[in-house]
Amino acid sequence: MDVLSVRNVYSDAERAKDKKAPIGADVTIENFSDEAVNAMDLLDDLDDVDKKTKKTLLKVGVDTEENNRSGSFLQVDQSNIFTNNSISDSIEVMGMSVALDKYKWLEDYLWKVVKPDADKYTAKTALREQETGVTSGYFVRSLPGTKEVMPVQACMFIGDEAIMQTAHNVIIAEENSELHLITGCATGDDIASAMHVGVSEMYLKPGSKITFTMVHNWAEQVEVRPRTGVKLMDDSTYINNYILTSPVSTIQSYPTAYCDGKNSRAIFQSIQGGKKDSIIDVGSRVLLNAPNARGEVISRAVSQDESKIYSRGHLSGTVPGVKGHLECHGLVLSDDSMIYAVPELEASSANLEMSHEAAVGKISEEEINYLTSRGINEEDAESMIVRGFLNMDITGLPDELAEQTQMMIDMSVDGM
Amino acid sequence: MLLEIENLAVEVGGKRVLKDINLSIAEGETHVLLGPNGAGKSTLFLTILGFPQYTVVNGTIKFKGQDITDLTTAERVKLGIGVSFQTPPSIRGVSVRDLLKIESHQDMDEDLNPRMKELAAQLKFSDEFLDRDVNFGFSGGEVKRSEILQLLAQMPDFTMFDEPDSGVDIENVELIASEIGTLLDKDKPQRSRVRSGLLITHLGYILNFVSADKAHVLMDGRISCSGNPTEILEDIRKNGFNGCVECAQCL
Repeated sequence: MDVLSVRNVYSDAERAKDKKAPIGADVTIENFSDEAVNAMDLLDDLDDVDKKTKKTLLKVGVDTEENNRSGSFLQVDQSNIFTNNSISDSIEVMGMSVALDKYKWLEDYLWKVVKPDADKYTAKTALREQETGVTSGYFVRSLPGTKEVMPVQACMFIGDEAIMQTAHNVIIAEENSELHLITGCATGDDIASAMHVGVSEMYLKPGSKITFTMVHNWAEQVEVRPRTGVKLMDDSTYINNYILTSPVSTIQSYPTAYCDGKNSRAIFQSIQGGKKDSIIDVGSRVLLNAPNARGEVISRAVSQDESKIYSRGHLSGTVPGVKGHLECHGLVLSDDSMIYAVPELEASSANLEMSHEAAVGKISEEEINYLTSRGINEEDAESMIVRGFLNMDITGLPDELAEQTQMMIDMSVDGM
Repeated sequence: MLLEIENLAVEVGGKRVLKDINLSIAEGETHVLLGPNGAGKSTLFLTILGFPQYTVVNGTIKFKGQDITDLTTAERVKLGIGVSFQTPPSIRGVSVRDLLKIESHQDMDEDLNPRMKELAAQLKFSDEFLDRDVNFGFSGGEVKRSEILQLLAQMPDFTMFDEPDSGVDIENVELIASEIGTLLDKDKPQRSRVRSGLLITHLGYILNFVSADKAHVLMDGRISCSGNPTEILEDIRKNGFNGCVECAQCL
């Protein structure tokens, strides 16, 4: 990044520092404190984290023993306390600041698919990078022509009260490579309130594939604003799985995939479980900008207690011959909860195919009756239906990872 | 008597569908329930099963001597009542295998027991098929065979079949009929049969393969006629249910 564009990033960010996000509750950033960057000691072994944290990490798919993993990264508050880059020859895993020192070219990937002036949260992240001179977050890259089936695990953990955690992640799949990530975000048990902003920029070079599975497990008073952009070049495939079934204060995210290469394909699958008074506003957007690009957005939402879920999806086709499908299903389990499905299709070219299917309602009486007629009591029948509803088939993962992901989903969904 | 229904009146959504039903089925007997569309046949089934949408406003249902009128569906099923539905709902994320384990009282973590695997194969289901979401995208015949397979897992003492042969091709009707026979102890001599059943059939085709002891015609919320299945069916085939109307007027 040349001097001029660096200056642009910061001046853009400066101008946007009070800019509200177009959707989602507005969070007063000033209520949260900045934590010193990289102030914590590094861990020698990921397994050295305390027992309680270990359990929390496991819930979001992070295995501290690093079994069946191709790399690990852990950021606690504003410190990168563990990185393991030596498991796989095909994959690089580094803290962003290390990676930026090592690769000058990496700067060209910063703030390209997520804009610093998108809103005050991205602006804050950019300004903090300028003030501290450190870019927090992780860098993961798969080398050209490699296919590592084991996933990299990356985790953002909040351990201190009332802080605002920021991260700026860059993920690059080089030409004809395959990269799998499991990212977990969680808070320590004793955290009452905090804020998390994660900026993630992903680049898929021609013929590459990334699967990105994210499990969130926040505390009840945590404000979460992830900002994700994905750029897909020719013949690349991006699969995003998102799972949230634990309470949170508010979360608002709308990851966007830019299918700029021909034959590129983006799939978003998400499971949203609303509990207590969580406000969940999660969408997925695919811009189909190249011939034969494909987009699929599938979501399942279940609202309990007093939760509110805004389940969004947006497909936009700009050239002929693209195809997209949006599927948004919701189950409202309590009278005080709400699901608001917002499926959007936008076509600005003739000769393209886009469809959507949205259904929101209560649990079907007929389904409950059917299960009770097999000897299952009503309460168990209901929970079976909810679990079944949320338990969508995750596609596109290698067998072993699919199995693990299924276990992660089962674990999250069992708690519903 | 295994099942005794006395003076039963039932409302669905505030409308009285069954007016005054009296019906008894003894151990080892198979009865057939006939009647035109909308007569209340399915309502009677679902009331015996205890679905909450069917309100009993008068009368009692006794099973094995116990008054079950106020029991939940699951409680009735545990006492030994089973049903195969005509058009069951599909349920996302609930597989046939899951249901078979529950119905045969297996632990969910265990492998499906060999008996069930054998029965599944007998009903022409592959092992992969069992992992499909129940009734999701099933053909008419697959729905019926899956219902029968689930009943074989339960082995109820009293089984109700709602149009078990509708939408099933001829070669599979015999297969289904033979399994219905198993569920109703048809392989045993009449006097040593214990399991009982009630069949709803429109056309009576299934009766070519499953023998029945008694038939009842349900008309306008009442049983208008009971008797020998062959004779009643013949009469209906000749004169339609109009014959039953006249017959009911004689009663």
